[in-house]
Amino acid sequence: MIAIIDYGMGNLRSVEKGFLKVGVDVTVTNKPDVVKKADAVVLPGVGAFKDCMRELTDLHLIDAVVKAVKDGKPYLGICLGFQVLFSESEEFGKCGGLDVLRGKVVRFNFGDQKLSTLNSQLSTLKVPHMGWNEIKIQKDNPLFKGIPDKSYFYFVHSFYVVPEDNAIIAATTDYGIEFTSSVWKDNIFAVQFHPEKSQAVGLRVLKNFGEIVRKGL
Amino acid sequence: MLAKRIIPCLDVKDGRVVKGVNFQNLTDAGDPVENARFYDEQGADEIVFLDITASHEKRKIILDVVARTANDVFMPLTVGGGIKTLDDIRALLNAGCDKVSINTTAVHDPLFIKRASERFGSQCIVVAVDAKRVKDIGRVNEFKIMPWFDDASLNDVCLKSFSGEEPVWAISTHGGRKMIAIDAVKWAKKMEELGAGEILLTSMDRDGTKDGYDIELTRRISEAVSIPVVASGGVGTLEHLREGLVEGKADAALAASIFHYREYSIKESKEYLRLKGVPVRI
Repeated sequence: MIAIIDYGMGNLRSVEKGFLKVGVDVTVTNKPDVVKKADAVVLPGVGAFKDCMRELTDLHLIDAVVKAVKDGKPYLGICLGFQVLFSESEEFGKCGGLDVLRGKVVRFNFGDQKLSTLNSQLSTLKVPHMGWNEIKIQKDNPLFKGIPDKSYFYFVHSFYVVPEDNAIIAATTDYGIEFTSSVWKDNIFAVQFHPEKSQAVGLRVLKNFGEIVRKGL
Repeated sequence: MLAKRIIPCLDVKDGRVVKGVNFQNLTDAGDPVENARFYDEQGADEIVFLDITASHEKRKIILDVVARTANDVFMPLTVGGGIKTLDDIRALLNAGCDKVSINTTAVHDPLFIKRASERFGSQCIVVAVDAKRVKDIGRVNEFKIMPWFDDASLNDVCLKSFSGEEPVWAISTHGGRKMIAIDAVKWAKKMEELGAGEILLTSMDRDGTKDGYDIELTRRISEAVSIPVVASGGVGTLEHLREGLVEGKADAALAASIFHYREYSIKESKEYLRLKGVPVRI
């Protein structure tokens, strides 16, 4: 059973319905005991890093999530659920996150800088990075099985992850800079974009995660 | 590269699409979910439901519409119309929409946007700015004044007087019939400052005309804020979409009737834009 963690932030319903649409059974929960018994964990969410960590702390979910990851259970982090894996957030200081992966979370900061490409004629870069953007797949990955390189996914975020270890980068995306839009390390899969909002390719990602859980890594 | 978004908008009243149009793939032209699915299949980048339900008792119907849509269509969904409280926002987000669009409540109480973005995150708070060009300088003093105009931290957006050399747009309510003494460009910036994550900009001069977006208004607001701007109001041709995105510098182009009445498909729009060098997702 896959546990989707409900900590009161973001569009859980779409994540749940997305999994159901592709025939993957999930349970939405905010109970540490349920998370501990689950075969896999999905941490979705949009919003602020600090609020996410506070909610997870208040619900006593931190230990259960970290234990699941360390026990080797498949983990899918979406957006905030990707960012909080890391040790440090620019906005909220060190040790802010779950500290499962080394790296930091920083804000897009363009000032008046313009895109050097075609977009420069169109607009300056806006924050949040909101809309459909391409991912460049950096390493073959069971989560991206059947997904063509440069597929468009839906993003909405103002912060991005800078991992210490480049080897974990599974995909990157251009938005003024080339940022990490997905990581993969052992049982940990995480994406900055929203598969639950990315139509067919997004549902394929959810289906792939279901397959990873069913068949094992 | 981030794609420019094409966003069809549907007017929904009492849970039904207003003037639903029969089409080969629709079994019930009035069903918002069917319409959303139709646009989803065509490759729309987002969908906006504008709830124009008048009666307060019937306002909960939209929650059911949102929930049924979110069960079936996996793309970003924005809902606007009649949002007055944080509980209204919470109910819509829980039903499965991604963003809410707030208009009148922000004009009455700008700090509502601050409270909403602090509670739910800027990414889901869209401020709908309905703007109308001020044609007669002499009449600005007849425009409506809001009680919060006394607040020094907010009233730098007030439209007091201007030279008439530069064009000025005021905020408009009641479908363009009432003018508020708020400068639309300054208002958009203020909304960003208070936590809005996106501006949905409608030219009330152009809305329903099919004469194209008010490009100058769109460009001024797109350049003034650093959050995404969705252009709206006046699209009659595919070239209008291009103008809004390129000359108007908008991040997304919203249109209602050209898509609703099947004058153009989403796919045709994107193919046209791609041909013109605008980055779109096909």
